[in-house]
Amino acid sequence: MKRIVYREWRLAPQRYWGLLALLAVIAGMGGLAFWYMEHQGHWVTGMTNEIVWGTPHLFAIFLIVAASGALNIASIGTVFGKTTYQPLGRFSGLLAVALLVGGLLVLVLDLGRPDRLIVAMTSYNFRSIFAWNVLLYTGFMAIVIAYLVTMMERRLKGYYKAAGTLAFTWRLLLTTGTGSIFGFIVARQAYDTAVLAPMFIVMSFLYGLAVFILVLMFACAQDGRPIGPYLLKRLKGLMAIFIAGVLLFILIYFLTKLYGAKNYDLVNYYLVSGGRYTLAFWFGWVILGLLAPYGIIMHPALGQDPKWIAGASALVIFGGLASLYVIVIGGQAFPMTLFPDKTILESGFHDGVGGQISAYAPSLPEVLLGLGGVAVALLITAVGVRVLQFLPESLADKDIDPHAAVKA
Amino acid sequence: MKNPSDMKNSSAVIDEGRRGFMRTAAGVATVTLAPGVLLHTLAHAGSPGQGGGVPRAEPVTDAVRYGMLIDTTRCAEGCTACVSACNRENGLDLQEMPTGADPALWDRQESRWIRKVKVQDNLTGHVSNLPLMCQHCEHPPCVDVCPTGASFKRADGIVMVDRHLCIGCRYCMMACPYKARSFIHANVEEKLTLAPRGKGCVESCNLCVHRRDHGQPSTACADACAAEGHHAILFGDLKDPASPLSQALAKLPSRQLRENLALNTGVRYSGV
Repeated sequence: MKRIVYREWRLAPQRYWGLLALLAVIAGMGGLAFWYMEHQGHWVTGMTNEIVWGTPHLFAIFLIVAASGALNIASIGTVFGKTTYQPLGRFSGLLAVALLVGGLLVLVLDLGRPDRLIVAMTSYNFRSIFAWNVLLYTGFMAIVIAYLVTMMERRLKGYYKAAGTLAFTWRLLLTTGTGSIFGFIVARQAYDTAVLAPMFIVMSFLYGLAVFILVLMFACAQDGRPIGPYLLKRLKGLMAIFIAGVLLFILIYFLTKLYGAKNYDLVNYYLVSGGRYTLAFWFGWVILGLLAPYGIIMHPALGQDPKWIAGASALVIFGGLASLYVIVIGGQAFPMTLFPDKTILESGFHDGVGGQISAYAPSLPEVLLGLGGVAVALLITAVGVRVLQFLPESLADKDIDPHAAVKA
Repeated sequence: MKNPSDMKNSSAVIDEGRRGFMRTAAGVATVTLAPGVLLHTLAHAGSPGQGGGVPRAEPVTDAVRYGMLIDTTRCAEGCTACVSACNRENGLDLQEMPTGADPALWDRQESRWIRKVKVQDNLTGHVSNLPLMCQHCEHPPCVDVCPTGASFKRADGIVMVDRHLCIGCRYCMMACPYKARSFIHANVEEKLTLAPRGKGCVESCNLCVHRRDHGQPSTACADACAAEGHHAILFGDLKDPASPLSQALAKLPSRQLRENLALNTGVRYSGV
């Protein structure tokens, strides 16, 4: 096998600084949105006492879930010994940390009291999965950075496999924790099911991979580094498997819910009568976010074209945001069953009178804060690949796997 | 170098600098300590606005468990006396819609501790009216999920929020099976000392905890309901078999809302 040569991103300064400036402006707008929301209070958002988690959470959870998924590429190389993926390990680790930082930033900046972050770091209630997540997130960051060091420092090569295995185990725990935030909520029908934990793991596999493919293709294209067709074929094949996995879990979720008569209304709401949430489920998540990209990558001609593969990845990301819109916001909007077999005729607190869905319209500051988190993640990635050797000089098949060139 | 006689003279002269320093120090000490002393005195005096009473001197114990029985057959349709009383008692009526806010949206963002609900049975058509608030569960999901421990249950069964520890993550609101909690969406200019609400924290009914801590017998909502002559809300100690609440619970058939969650709520309902 040829020695992999890693090189810093060698973009023309103008182009590089232009890109950084663009990302900084988006991140800055997110910062301004935070300042506005923090200063005024959450009344300037679309969030209410019914929809308590809104658009910022949608972005934050997407980024956190994608972060653990982005690390998969490194894990496949290290834990499962697939040499083709090993040259991508460094970039995979960098992207994972960057996405997590972006996601956590959004989550923290949406708190009612972001100034009390120190309380969250020092006062723990260990019955809370949220408190565990604080440790899982910070632990993930530390472990992945250590893992990256074992990849990049020759003298620490001996710890490479152990660090990779620990990081892989930890990322599974992390996404289990994220899914459990919803899975443990007994109060709301859309949640309250253990299947959400593994479902979030499969979703993280898919969304993280889609982000990874897209950012990798962009980074390589900017710098004129080739990506071999065999490598791309492996990556898109993985994406097809993960799409099938997410579809399977959607099916299991609904079958689990349908097993009890008490949830017929919920399933009907998601699949038929939920208005914008039904639309987001079918068109955003299932059709555009899963079936369309699956069709593209399995298509004999389109599936060979890198541009179409990038397009499929973008669709998966769109579908990922739609899925969290359906789960996070749709799940809250479904009226809570305070009185089973009774209809609420009147209420002084909008308790889903007559089965009415809770209203929610995202406000501009919420969207800007979410996009700010995305920009921060990309900013960290752009700086990382520029100053350190994260990206291989070539991802051509002959350079990363001598057998791959033949197979392609 | 000064000679000894100079030194003698100078010690007799008043040192204005030193005196000034002492004055400033005394002033600073007064300004620093006085508000604390004043607050301490006020806190232990029991303001008339809180209904007076003798402040609690002993720690809260689990010898009592506060709870309620709500007899929905006595709860009158259209009456919101309990809601108004709660709003007044806990300063919820002092919330003001921020300038430029959308009234319909603000209506969903304003904090409310108790609300009236009218429900109809899907099969029988039977209609019930009831007040709904924090149910003060023995196993409160809001306490389980709170990452910092801000959401807590007192030894006497009252579930409430430590406003110093709440970071405003709203996970308790996601987890509450009764939708009983509110988030403070805007600055609150005026507030009562007994309910010092601040933007960015979560709050809910605390069974008029200030009244508990001043040895008073009831809650604002129960008093208001009684004053209207309905007597639909009965407050008391669930652990005392002789309390009117325990006796009423022994007589009337009652239930917990969402009893399938097995939270052992402190608030019980009859007739629904």
